[in-house]
Amino acid sequence: MLAMEFLVRGATQYGEPGVFMMFEENAAELTANVRSLGFDLEKLAAQKKLVLDHVHIERSEIEETGEYDLEGLFIRLGHAVKSIGAKRVVLDTVEALFSGLPNHAILRAELRRLFRWLKDHRLTAVITGERGEQSLTRYGLEEYVADCVIVLDQRIHEQISTRRLRVLKYRGSAHGTNEYPFLIGERGISVLPITSLRLDHQASAKRIPTGIARLDEMLGGKGVFRGSSVLVSGSPGTGKSSVAAKFADAACRRGERVLLFAYEESSAQIVRNMGSIGIGLEPWVKKGLLQIHSSRPTLHGLEQHLVMMHDAVSGFHPSVVVVDPISNLSLDRNASEVKPTLMRLIDFLKQQQITTLFTSLTAGGGETPEDSQLGVSSLMDTWLLLRNVEFNGERNRTIYVLKSRGMAHSNQVREFVLSDTGIDLVDVYLGTERVLTGTARVAQEELEGAAAALREEDHRRKLGQLASRQKAIEAQIAALRADAEAEAAEVAFTIARETLQQRTTQRSTDVMAQLRSADKTRGSRKE
Amino acid sequence: MINTVSFELRLYVAGQTAKSLAACANLKRICETHLAGQYRIEIIDLTKNPKLAAGDQILALPTLVRRLPKPVKKIIGDLSNEERVLVGLDVRPV
Repeated sequence: MLAMEFLVRGATQYGEPGVFMMFEENAAELTANVRSLGFDLEKLAAQKKLVLDHVHIERSEIEETGEYDLEGLFIRLGHAVKSIGAKRVVLDTVEALFSGLPNHAILRAELRRLFRWLKDHRLTAVITGERGEQSLTRYGLEEYVADCVIVLDQRIHEQISTRRLRVLKYRGSAHGTNEYPFLIGERGISVLPITSLRLDHQASAKRIPTGIARLDEMLGGKGVFRGSSVLVSGSPGTGKSSVAAKFADAACRRGERVLLFAYEESSAQIVRNMGSIGIGLEPWVKKGLLQIHSSRPTLHGLEQHLVMMHDAVSGFHPSVVVVDPISNLSLDRNASEVKPTLMRLIDFLKQQQITTLFTSLTAGGGETPEDSQLGVSSLMDTWLLLRNVEFNGERNRTIYVLKSRGMAHSNQVREFVLSDTGIDLVDVYLGTERVLTGTARVAQEELEGAAAALREEDHRRKLGQLASRQKAIEAQIAALRADAEAEAAEVAFTIARETLQQRTTQRSTDVMAQLRSADKTRGSRKE
Repeated sequence: MINTVSFELRLYVAGQTAKSLAACANLKRICETHLAGQYRIEIIDLTKNPKLAAGDQILALPTLVRRLPKPVKKIIGDLSNEERVLVGLDVRPV
């Protein structure tokens, strides 16, 4: 398969015609088999880009006598190569020769000569061989060829099989030594590196709104960074999908392309359900801005999902990718496998400057929300946590921003309300001892309103009292002042009377003195 | 022994190598000895006609192909072992 792709790609994309020499299938079978991958061998053959040659050996027909060599194979190959000017050669399971020809010593010598010959003719050759019990190939072929050895195998883990590829050796090249899962898909073989080598993706300073105005407000007023990854986690029924849908809707509204991977609902179901909260996705689907890929997570292995996403992203070029929910991908899978896979997905998407939103289901119940995040939270730039608060006989949705890299974000809990008209965030009641949501919040608010009215009334009353008291005091003051005035008048009168008396006495004394001719100076008093 | 031409043989060789020449000589000798008058030999040099190699599924050289009588039989090598050639051609029962 790999060999076929090598050849076909060579012929169609690099202008290097190739020869496919098969020892197992015949040309018609091979043509039929690879047609499912979109390779039209007949057409390529007609265009002189490809030669298919089926080498058939039937041991029962063959009798050996004396010396021989494989010159015939050389001539056939040489002829095929010459007829189209081939640059690439594939020998599919050349080891079939070993079962056809009894003299292995000759065969080995001839094969070595063949590989030498291929090199001398500057042909790139892919030789396939079956894996042996002990050695890499059943007949130890790699000893001769082996400029580059690629090992493919298939493993089944938890009922899901994954094909893997490993570059065992590659002379003169620094190659990755890890095992890479690969997939044979509609576009041929896709291989994804396990981890990206560097963290060198661009960081955009542009912000894009989430579609929920109040949420943008919480995220520093502008929403999330373009190309960042957002995790929305929550227990069942907290509205994760709704947030995701709104996010997708907002992006479509801006005329951007959105790819939605749904692992729980079918696309029709999503469109219907989101319609019920006022998010109309259908027009976007029709316009081609929104693509929904729905599949069961158990359909493929994790790798296949990843490859599928790669393919879809490469084909659609979205600017926003939504995965709902990412936690389903980890179903029945090894946690140690999930994290690197997601890391690769995130790396890949980040490198493409794609904003991603993942939803993640956390188990309901008492555990802390930080648990069961598949260990992906550290990979995320922004983490929104949706929580059900059960209180007062009802459940209410709340949302808060657990983290958001590179921006000042609100640390407050908001109540999250889903209605016919969409999603809205409402301030929760933040009392001294608790946070209230739902009807409790409404009741509390009303209670507060009543209390305020009462207080106001009280104040008015108090003010009135004060006023009347003031009046009383003023009256008292007036009375006292009147008293004081009366007293003062009395005092003045007394003084006046006494002064008059004294004067009268003085005068009479003076008169008497005059009359008695007394000493003038001694008797005079200062007035 | 059959008296008509019943053996149609084709010998594929590549050029005038020692093995090719040995095979030619051996074949002629064996046929003259055991199949006199009943055979026809066609010698094909694949270096001159490479297209013909695919027709009879030739890999090894030299190869002797018994086209008639059916079924087709192939004998590879320089035909130096007369006994085995005869067994291969079904001229002599094993």
